[in-house]
Amino acid sequence: MDLFSNLALGFSTVLKLVPVNVPVLGLMPLPVNILLCFVGCLIGTLIGVLPGVGPIATIAILLPITFGLDPTGALIMLAGIYYGAQYGGSTTAILVNIPGEATSVVTTLDGHQMAKQGRAGVALGIAAIGSFFAGCVATVVIAALGLPLTKLALLFGPAEYFSLMVMGLVFAVVLARGSVMKALAMIVLGLLLSTVGQDLESGQERLTLGLQDLSDGIDFAVLAMGLFGFAEILRNLESPETRDVVKGAIGRLLPSRQDFRESFWPVVRGTGLGAILGILPGNGAVLGPFASYTLEKKIAKEPRRFGRGAIEGVAGPESANNAGAQTAFIPLLTLGIPPNAVMALMVGAMTIHGIIPGPQVMTKNPTLFWGMVVSMWVGNLMLLVINLPLVGLWVKLLKVPYRLMFPAILIFCCIGIYSINNNPADVLFTAFFGLVGYVLIKFSFEPAPLLLGFVLGKLMEEKLRQALILSRGSFSTFVERPVSAGLLVVAAIMLVLALLPSIQKGREEVFTE
Amino acid sequence: MKSLLIAAAALLATAVPGLAQDYPTKPITLIVPFAAGGPTDVVARIVGEHMSRTLGQQIVVENVAGAGGTTGTTRTAQAAPDGYTIMMGHMGTHGAAPALYPNLKYDPTKDFEPIGMAAGTPILIVARKDLPPKDLKEFVAYAKQQNDKLNEAHAGIGSVSHSTCVMLNVQLGIKPTAVPYKGTGPALNDLVAGQVDFMCDQIVNLVEQIKAGSIKAYAVATPDRSPALPDVPTTKEAGLPEYQVSAWNALFAPKATPDSITAKLNAALVKALTDENTKKRLLDLGGVLPDEKGRTREALKTFVASEVARWTPVLKSAGVTAQ
Repeated sequence: MDLFSNLALGFSTVLKLVPVNVPVLGLMPLPVNILLCFVGCLIGTLIGVLPGVGPIATIAILLPITFGLDPTGALIMLAGIYYGAQYGGSTTAILVNIPGEATSVVTTLDGHQMAKQGRAGVALGIAAIGSFFAGCVATVVIAALGLPLTKLALLFGPAEYFSLMVMGLVFAVVLARGSVMKALAMIVLGLLLSTVGQDLESGQERLTLGLQDLSDGIDFAVLAMGLFGFAEILRNLESPETRDVVKGAIGRLLPSRQDFRESFWPVVRGTGLGAILGILPGNGAVLGPFASYTLEKKIAKEPRRFGRGAIEGVAGPESANNAGAQTAFIPLLTLGIPPNAVMALMVGAMTIHGIIPGPQVMTKNPTLFWGMVVSMWVGNLMLLVINLPLVGLWVKLLKVPYRLMFPAILIFCCIGIYSINNNPADVLFTAFFGLVGYVLIKFSFEPAPLLLGFVLGKLMEEKLRQALILSRGSFSTFVERPVSAGLLVVAAIMLVLALLPSIQKGREEVFTE
Repeated sequence: MKSLLIAAAALLATAVPGLAQDYPTKPITLIVPFAAGGPTDVVARIVGEHMSRTLGQQIVVENVAGAGGTTGTTRTAQAAPDGYTIMMGHMGTHGAAPALYPNLKYDPTKDFEPIGMAAGTPILIVARKDLPPKDLKEFVAYAKQQNDKLNEAHAGIGSVSHSTCVMLNVQLGIKPTAVPYKGTGPALNDLVAGQVDFMCDQIVNLVEQIKAGSIKAYAVATPDRSPALPDVPTTKEAGLPEYQVSAWNALFAPKATPDSITAKLNAALVKALTDENTKKRLLDLGGVLPDEKGRTREALKTFVASEVARWTPVLKSAGVTAQ
């Protein structure tokens, strides 16, 4: 019963009418919070669509604007930007093969293939609908299970986290579309790139070539924009006739009955996976889409369709992405501990507004807590309303001649990368990785496993070393702790399952999957 | 031809951006050498907002994070000394950095014109809620007895939580096992979960966890108790008077910024610190504001020199470097 009265409080907060002095019209009551939610979602969608411009930079830029607002309204808007960006991020991944965030890397695999086949509208549509479903479920999870699930975040110490990352590495093998050997090489390269920068324990610089700008390592966006965005442009310019931004037949805009049937269970499974992984500290949400993709590919009747425009490969990961983005609020709202960089920024936004997040936010600021929870559901509804009509517009963008398209993509990428740290050197590094990516494409190495290796590598090394410091160097800590041991067993089983068909089919098949 | 030259000269004269007495005539960039949302960023944004109103020009916060804040600090040191680029330096960038980074490209005492102290955030010694010692005295005895069996979490080499804990360890003569994290969030998560035993960090990051009882506080390293946590004793009360540290935040301009400009900025800062609303927001964070004497440019200059002199031997004796 409590839940209902709490949700009622949330709705009354979101729908509250506040008298606002409107120019010309004078003082009139307006549902300010719902308008802020809409503004946040709209901005989020737009920055999500712009390659490279991420929610962190946007929230940081918009922080001063929220000074005049009351804290609940400000946070509702900022949260809207965050999950709105998750919606928008899939758009660039599908249309131009550029993942704006680590979580949309997987979407490029099948989403962009769908776009190439003239099914961009369907891919965008199912991404939006899957995200909406995931968002609704995740909101309920936060409202009903937020507190008990907090324990999950605390259960995961360094050892458990490391084992989870090992499991994540197995996903990378399954991700590969072509040669497994090449995919393994890319994973290792990704892991190596993740070790660039200051050593965690001693502070020594590693692989920085003496460049101060590398002392904090390579930023994910720099690597992703280079390997996907810049490299893709180079390749497209080389042979204009095979360029990826598709012209001509666009096909139907919205998913058909058949598409829905094929996507239903992937969406449900993706939502579940994403929601659980999102709660974990240290950006566990990143794993959600990868896990979902792996699962769908493994249980599919024809795994070969994956990487060639399978709708399940878009529906599942996109739902996982959005569910994770939302459950990532659980540690912040119930523990007061931010699980990732965006949430850390939300903490800053809260403290600027005089609310210091902690385990008591729920009891001390119930209107803020429940207002935010309900606003997430309202926001998801708005995102669906914003995004579905936009599908037609985005798809039309594909008709823009490439000679006009690529300078725009390049400029937005550069602005986005510069905005991460206000550092011009980052743009140069991106250009460098663009060249690297071009060479990789030429030798038909895939960038997706590299990016996954890179993302996992940072966390893996950190957690491995923390776990070993805590166990005073004993590796048995990973099997002595039950959760960690369980995860390692799952990883081993998955690896066997992933490699078994290839082994049975013989050597020939191993290298072509 | 001549008239053309005169016209050009006149145009040039108007184009030269403001003489010092007109300052400021365009927005001022305030470099925060850390990611948005952290304690230094929050202080900069609160103070900057009020200063914008006094100066009649927007103060735009630009987060240039990296290398423990030294990237943004180096950039400020190399910026044009025209008053349009200033920075929020702190205990790390203008105190601990010379010891931590042997290849540092700036000298905190020589390459900046001090503007004034903004606010400090007190350092707390906290532990997981079920660690046996009940107070600081017991903790000191326990730490000496356990020595390297004790696990200390910190937010990374060069972070405030790391430097301040090194200071504590050196003073107590203990060598706990240090577990590095990337930022306060994950470190705090593992402290709450009981994976690690204790840490030192800024009050703003810890206050709500202490109130909720998910971690416990032994002492606050300031002369007076913090109004945010009136039940937590000071290190002086708890028997460790020599442990006095604060993560202070102060405004600096690049060297050779005209005196009249730093004076104007100092006046705007002091006005912000006396404004009731701004003051309340800073105090709500657990911040400590400088007294009358501590607000001058001269006071900051002396203070920075004393901080560098204080941190260098401590960090060097512990053998910590970040490069």
